[in-house]
Amino acid sequence: MKTVPPSGIRRFFDLVSEIDDVISLGVGEPDYVTPWHIREACIHSLEQGETSYTSNFGLIELREEVSRLYTRKHGVYYDPGTEILVTTGVSEALDLAIRTVVNPGDEVIVVQPSYVAYIPSIIFAGGVPVSVSTKMENDFKLTPKELESAITDRTKAVIINYPNNPTGATMDRGDLEAIADVIVEHDLLMISDEVYECLTYEGTHTCFSSLDGMRERTILLNGFSKAYAMTGFRMAYALAPPEIISSMMLIHQYTMMCAPITAQIGAIEALKNGEAEMQKMIREYDRRRHLIVKGLNDIGFDCFKPKGAFYAFPSIPDTGLSSDEFAERLLNEEQVVTIPGSVFGETGEGFLRCAYAASRNDIKEALERMDRFLGRL
Amino acid sequence: MDKQTRDILEILGEDARVSHAEIATLANMSEKDVTGTIQQLEKAKIIRRYKTVIDWELAGEEYIYAIIELKVRLERKEGYQAIAERLYKFPEVRSVRLLSGEHDISITVRGNSMKQVAFFVAEKIGTLDQVYSTATHFVLKTYKEDGLILDEPEQVKRLPVTP
Repeated sequence: MKTVPPSGIRRFFDLVSEIDDVISLGVGEPDYVTPWHIREACIHSLEQGETSYTSNFGLIELREEVSRLYTRKHGVYYDPGTEILVTTGVSEALDLAIRTVVNPGDEVIVVQPSYVAYIPSIIFAGGVPVSVSTKMENDFKLTPKELESAITDRTKAVIINYPNNPTGATMDRGDLEAIADVIVEHDLLMISDEVYECLTYEGTHTCFSSLDGMRERTILLNGFSKAYAMTGFRMAYALAPPEIISSMMLIHQYTMMCAPITAQIGAIEALKNGEAEMQKMIREYDRRRHLIVKGLNDIGFDCFKPKGAFYAFPSIPDTGLSSDEFAERLLNEEQVVTIPGSVFGETGEGFLRCAYAASRNDIKEALERMDRFLGRL
Repeated sequence: MDKQTRDILEILGEDARVSHAEIATLANMSEKDVTGTIQQLEKAKIIRRYKTVIDWELAGEEYIYAIIELKVRLERKEGYQAIAERLYKFPEVRSVRLLSGEHDISITVRGNSMKQVAFFVAEKIGTLDQVYSTATHFVLKTYKEDGLILDEPEQVKRLPVTP
């Protein structure tokens, strides 16, 4: 356990709690309250006395809704009875997936910059994380060559996350097909974290298991936090072939038992009736995306145009400061919270993650403060 | 409707004072195209006008609102249009709607006192030939108007950094 440091984001959390008048571009969660119809469905269920455990797999009605969603949207069928597991957040699903497929000493490839939980989860499971760096000049996409270079005889699985946290990069069908070829060639598994799926602003999202031959090799993770502004509900699911789901379910059964029923009922409502409100939020994120990327580039950052999620990942102008020092001084001197890119892996050094799940006024104010800060450096 | 037109309408619908330059950034268009599109929308009367939502009560103006339901007698040929026109020409009348159900027309009247509104309804509305009954309901408090919640809007309670 001592080899795993606490999350670098956590350190900023502690710093921020001591400062007033803070504008936060540090939050990886929507700045919307969960749509009322979803909350209302949860309230109603509580009034009706729906307060019990559910099946370990999750409510069958929810699994059926998820199954229908994937058939309709991606043309991939998952059996609600044996191939869908409802979890408390993608975080749990990720942990279950890794513990299920990784034997001690197995290598798992992590595509960086990446979400902070992947590497610790691999280490907790006794696996060995192997990082692959994506590059800004490739729009932070994973190339087959980069992937190949990290594969050894011990490689068991690859974790990808597109649309990506922290870069906002997406990969289109062609890009993913090239990766799928490598997966087949080396007989690997893919853990695909697609929690930002719905937040795709350009092009359409391709679900990894919809690629030829990939359904049997993919553990697909998705959830409700980002798309439906339901972070605190901790609602997600894993989709995979029955033999993998049954093993994940075994761990889940003895550690979590089941996801909270109220949250599951909210998730059913979200899938049945949440499309319009979700699209409205996404249209607004898209506007903020243009606003923040233009703003960052105007004040001297070099910012890649993200195509998904709600993060801009600008490269910091050369000031001699590390991204950690830059973010900490920006917080102390101008009270703007951003997350240093180094938190997301070595390759994130020199970058800053700015979440644009913040009001337009806050984004504009933050840009002004950042401009002032850069002027002083 | 294309995405950019929808963007323009949603942005202006929320805040009519956003500059064309900012709309251009938000909708990823040139400022010239924004101005052109807005002119077309105005010409096509899709954008009817730009309006300010004012809390008159907070400003110290004591306006009284009443919703009045009318049953009307229709005249041959003219249908409801004639009575609607008679009604909406009064500046005191803030809205006029044709309804299904028990009543035919609902209007909203604004005045400075209950007495003034009551007299207006009795003298100007109740005496119209086509109107044969009125039911007046004074508004005691407005919680939400045209999609806008008038209490303090709900804020998301989130931590400044994801833990």
